[in-house]
Amino acid sequence: MPPRMIAVWCPDWPVTAACAEAETSDEAPVAVFTANRVVACSHEARTFGVRRGLRRREAQARCPELVVLPRNEAAEARLFEPVVLTLESIAPGVEVTRPGLAAIGVRGPTRYFGSETAVLHALSRAIGDTNLLIGVADGSFAAEQAARHGVIVPPGESSAYLAELPVSTLDPSGNSALTDLLRRLGLRTLGAFAALPAGEVHARFGPDGLWAHRQAGGRDDRPLAARKPPAELVTTLDLEPPVDRIDTVAFSARATAERFIADLSGHGLACACLELSALTENGEETVRRWRHAGVLSTVDVVDRIRWQLEGWLAGSRRPTGGVTRLRLVPVETVPLGVHQQALWGGSGDDDERAHRALARVQTLLGHGSVLIPVRDGGRDPLQRTRYVPWGDEPVPERSPEQPWPGRLPAPAPSVLIDPPRPVQVLDDAGRPVTVTDRGAIPRPPARFVLGDRTLAIQHWAGPWPVDERWWAPDATSRVARFQLVDIAGRAYLVTCTTPGGRWALTATYD
Amino acid sequence: MFDYGEVLDLALRETLTGVTDRGHRRVPALPVTPALQSLLPAGLRRGSTVSVSGSMSLLLAVLGAASADGAWCALVGLPHLSAEAADEYGIDLARLAVVPRPGEGWARAVGALLDAVDVVATCPPARVVPGDVRRLAARARTRDAVLMPFGAGTWPGADVRLHLSDGEWHGIGEGTGRLRRRRVSVTVEGRGQAARARSVELWLPADGGGVAPVDTTVVPLRAVG
Repeated sequence: MPPRMIAVWCPDWPVTAACAEAETSDEAPVAVFTANRVVACSHEARTFGVRRGLRRREAQARCPELVVLPRNEAAEARLFEPVVLTLESIAPGVEVTRPGLAAIGVRGPTRYFGSETAVLHALSRAIGDTNLLIGVADGSFAAEQAARHGVIVPPGESSAYLAELPVSTLDPSGNSALTDLLRRLGLRTLGAFAALPAGEVHARFGPDGLWAHRQAGGRDDRPLAARKPPAELVTTLDLEPPVDRIDTVAFSARATAERFIADLSGHGLACACLELSALTENGEETVRRWRHAGVLSTVDVVDRIRWQLEGWLAGSRRPTGGVTRLRLVPVETVPLGVHQQALWGGSGDDDERAHRALARVQTLLGHGSVLIPVRDGGRDPLQRTRYVPWGDEPVPERSPEQPWPGRLPAPAPSVLIDPPRPVQVLDDAGRPVTVTDRGAIPRPPARFVLGDRTLAIQHWAGPWPVDERWWAPDATSRVARFQLVDIAGRAYLVTCTTPGGRWALTATYD
Repeated sequence: MFDYGEVLDLALRETLTGVTDRGHRRVPALPVTPALQSLLPAGLRRGSTVSVSGSMSLLLAVLGAASADGAWCALVGLPHLSAEAADEYGIDLARLAVVPRPGEGWARAVGALLDAVDVVATCPPARVVPGDVRRLAARARTRDAVLMPFGAGTWPGADVRLHLSDGEWHGIGEGTGRLRRRRVSVTVEGRGQAARARSVELWLPADGGGVAPVDTTVVPLRAVG
């Protein structure tokens, strides 16, 4: 049960603060505006029919003598400070939800003053003649609602109390899409909304919806901190006799997977990363971790069991016996309300499918077979592309956005040769072309030999010397770059080490 | 029992997006960059097989707009690609997966990818079993993916064949300048209404990377003097 709280609410606090700032009397009808809409109005104004959310012109039409004031949030906070100090003189640990609304835990002051009633008496004495309302209930949302009505809800009856309230209480500003939708769905009270199963609400309305659902039910309205799962969430399945067919294992594993997911959700958790191990009768074992873009459902878990066993039983190191035990370990869990998924399917759905397919191919071909290209920083085209295995974080080692003076200007070569292939570049007399220390070439290139082919050079550009990391003896690199175009119109990027004169093909402009 | 969900879904799709008519199924085609619209006027039709040969840049240019539009692409068994070049053609690297050496599992890997990835470009092994060709093409058709065999003059039954024949580099001299842009001629041929081979001139890559149409409009002579 959520902790019992006392909430203190000052009605129309923006109006009180704005009046004090503008030194107008709050006897006259006053309304406070932000962006041409009423955010708060005085009791006087309300009797004329001024409501929150009205445009200025509409509000003035309903009440011609309305005093229009801009909202002043700094003043609201400043003027609320004395109220908070008064509360703190009664009990430490005041929680200011926003200016005009504060809450204190009941437990501490009750032990000091003897009873809840004594605390309330002390509070009202301390507050004096400030116009505010006090409410007591379980949890801060319920306490806030109790304060708005100035009631004391007995312990354990908060959800019953909340059930009667309209759904618009969830968002009093009235512009929330959720409350609007709930109303149109026919859910007019918080009780009706709270009666929906939490899982379904999460699936349909996402984390924000789940949060609102918790509040509506008067349950603990603080998000759970991410934590390591306790050991009992590990689920095992023993197979007797041993099974060597994948579909049989998957069939038996279905109930286990369901129990695994249900156990976790019973703790308010969902699994984002799963370690799956299978053991055979002869002691062979396969262990793999499966990370999911979102959270794993029962079907996802069964799919992963199937994929891992497929890869294992069909692979080169296939086990000699049947599977006797499956073990599911939640490696990473997230609170049910934290995971975010696109509400209307959308692109998230496609991503999800693609992630699954890639995970599947990785199982078929082994780790490191599926790669993600990443743009990296560097001067050499080979350095500027990095491949990371699927599943690893695709982050560059060096920033590609930095200028990297000495890199090749666009267009970039499309195909990289890794490792670079040795070539020979010859002049028209068939002698190797050399680059001098000063970066000049005495004899221009005319042909180059690539493997067993000799190609005539039609155009060429260079040399462009690059002298990198001369201060680090083991990482130093001095090369001269050339672009060559052969008579068929194909373009190549070659480098020549200086000194040394070793030529290599590093990329082609295919 | 009448399935309202499906009807509603279909109605929504029809009103929300421009769709191409392909018989009983209606799935929007993947877009191509404006420069390639003369080659592929209807974009990349989902479920089709488009073979590309002659140039890796051409393949990247064809993938570019689709990837930028949110499609997932996979490259299976292709040469070592430069991420920088892919980026220049507009490919979103966050939605690109590369399987450099599929080995024996080539057909299975391509098949698994076709299930979920929008475009699968692949360099088929030297000997492809005709059964695999049929199976993969059928899989692409049922899963609304695009199969893109690369460098394969021998891939039978491709719906569209793109071939880059000759290229001429501009901006480079003898010891001067640098590679700036390449004027290429791309031939497209296909089946049905696209059966007649056509050639289109393009800058591939254009200045600063990417692809651009060659402006072939002739300036009319004007009277002088």
